[in-house]
Amino acid sequence: MPAIEVRDLRKSYADVEAVAGVSFDVAQGECLALLGPNGAGKTTTTEILEGYRKADSGYARVLGVDPSQGDMDWKARLGIVLQADRDLGDLTVNEAVRHFAGYFNNPRDPAEVIHAVGLEEKAGARNSKLSGGQRRRLDVALGIIGSPELLFLDEPTTGFDPAARREFWKLIEKLKTDGATVLLTTHYLDEAEHLADRVAVIARGRIVACDTPAQIGNRAEGTAIVTWIENGTEQRESTARPTAFVNELAARFTGEVPQLAIRRPTLEDTYLSLVAKEDES
Amino acid sequence: MNRSLRLGRLRVGIELKQFFRDRESALFNFMLPMILLVIFASVFAEQLIGFEDVTFAQYFLAGMIASGILYTSFQNLAIAIPMERDDGTLKRLEGLPMPKAAYFLGKTGMVFAAYGAQIVILLVVGVLFYGIDLPSTPYKWFTFAWVSVLGLLSCTLLGLAFSVVPRQGRGASAIVAPIVLVLQFTSGVFFVFTQLPTWMQNFASLFPLKWLTQAMRYVFLPDGAQVVEASGTWDLGMCALVLGGWTIAGFLLALKVFRWSPRGQ
Repeated sequence: MPAIEVRDLRKSYADVEAVAGVSFDVAQGECLALLGPNGAGKTTTTEILEGYRKADSGYARVLGVDPSQGDMDWKARLGIVLQADRDLGDLTVNEAVRHFAGYFNNPRDPAEVIHAVGLEEKAGARNSKLSGGQRRRLDVALGIIGSPELLFLDEPTTGFDPAARREFWKLIEKLKTDGATVLLTTHYLDEAEHLADRVAVIARGRIVACDTPAQIGNRAEGTAIVTWIENGTEQRESTARPTAFVNELAARFTGEVPQLAIRRPTLEDTYLSLVAKEDES
Repeated sequence: MNRSLRLGRLRVGIELKQFFRDRESALFNFMLPMILLVIFASVFAEQLIGFEDVTFAQYFLAGMIASGILYTSFQNLAIAIPMERDDGTLKRLEGLPMPKAAYFLGKTGMVFAAYGAQIVILLVVGVLFYGIDLPSTPYKWFTFAWVSVLGLLSCTLLGLAFSVVPRQGRGASAIVAPIVLVLQFTSGVFFVFTQLPTWMQNFASLFPLKWLTQAMRYVFLPDGAQVVEASGTWDLGMCALVLGGWTIAGFLLALKVFRWSPRGQ
């Protein structure tokens, strides 16, 4: 049984269809990244699955349970990291993590969790004094304290510096090794590429592509991009035959082609073209 | 049920910690009666209220204890909960394996504990510095207890219900504080109740604070002082009736209107 099953999920606000027929599965132990522009329906979809909102129609099962009917035992199996919170400012990191362990039957060791998110040095600090990235790591600590089978991460690394982001990725990878399923929402494509087994691109309430980061949008078979400098400006050619093209180019120049580069489309290139295609249609 | 009680107890602890660490809430909801008592009792130290030798300090203490009930319950919750709705506290709790009852038990426990600490300090300050007499009979202590419990319950429930009125956490104190202040002025906290215009007395009689203040006067003033009450008696029966009525109304209202998410979500 998949950890998450979604079929033709729909949800409207006033006359806007925020989620317009979304379907996907997340297997046990898998990490699926939901990518999409702001307002595409990522958060609404996630919040339906977390039990915060009711879908208008469609089918959803999270750990085998209809999320609109989830009871305490079901909630105890989830870890939820919402978008940027500002609560708990008057408590210390230590107090907050210990307190939230109290809601679960089999919590992780609070000291271990604080260590895992790299907040030992801040354990005695008031949460209101934490930097943006530290605060976010506290939210993650509170999301994993109950040893969840399924972890929801909504833009977890917003405000992190690059080093902190890499540390955070290691933490999530470790949770995955321990068997947790992760539904990740992010704006950072390198993050999705690094953490996700599959990515789903969502635009205007619909999933427009869902595949592994390497394969999505025919990325693997797609054209390569060749760039070089000619006549003082950057030239750019998309081609399915980059080797042949560079040969032709080399013949035109005597010696080195200035600033020659060949690259495969990044996940970002692919993502942007998928989203742009959706906007045109 | 067990889970609600266990987590309710867990929440009382964390609620109290946050209540006392938040300087504004500690000052505004907890310290204010002490500060006002010191100011008023010092200014009007020797003044008598017109019955025997009851000092203004003794009269004012009753009003401050009654106000303390309103501060720690209604004012505290009606300001703190809209802020919790805005800053993600309530949303986080909704996602936890926590029965919602545990949240309300936590709030109620916090209110009772804060009020308990408040009256201890008020009485100690009153006795040590302003020569205030403590309740003279066990029956008065008993009345002190049931009036406090009923007052805290009704005003806690009303605070939960009123927490839906402020649209944003930021502006909540600007809406709640004036309501509390008007009730205090019209309920005989700052002035001798019977010296207020009749229409004002009638207005105040609709709400809990007037009855709380009056019952606390029964507890702290000599028995004979009831001749200066509006009806010439302490009216404890009516007090129980009004507070009981507000408790039931507050319960039904809170049950119906309480919101976990901000408006428009």
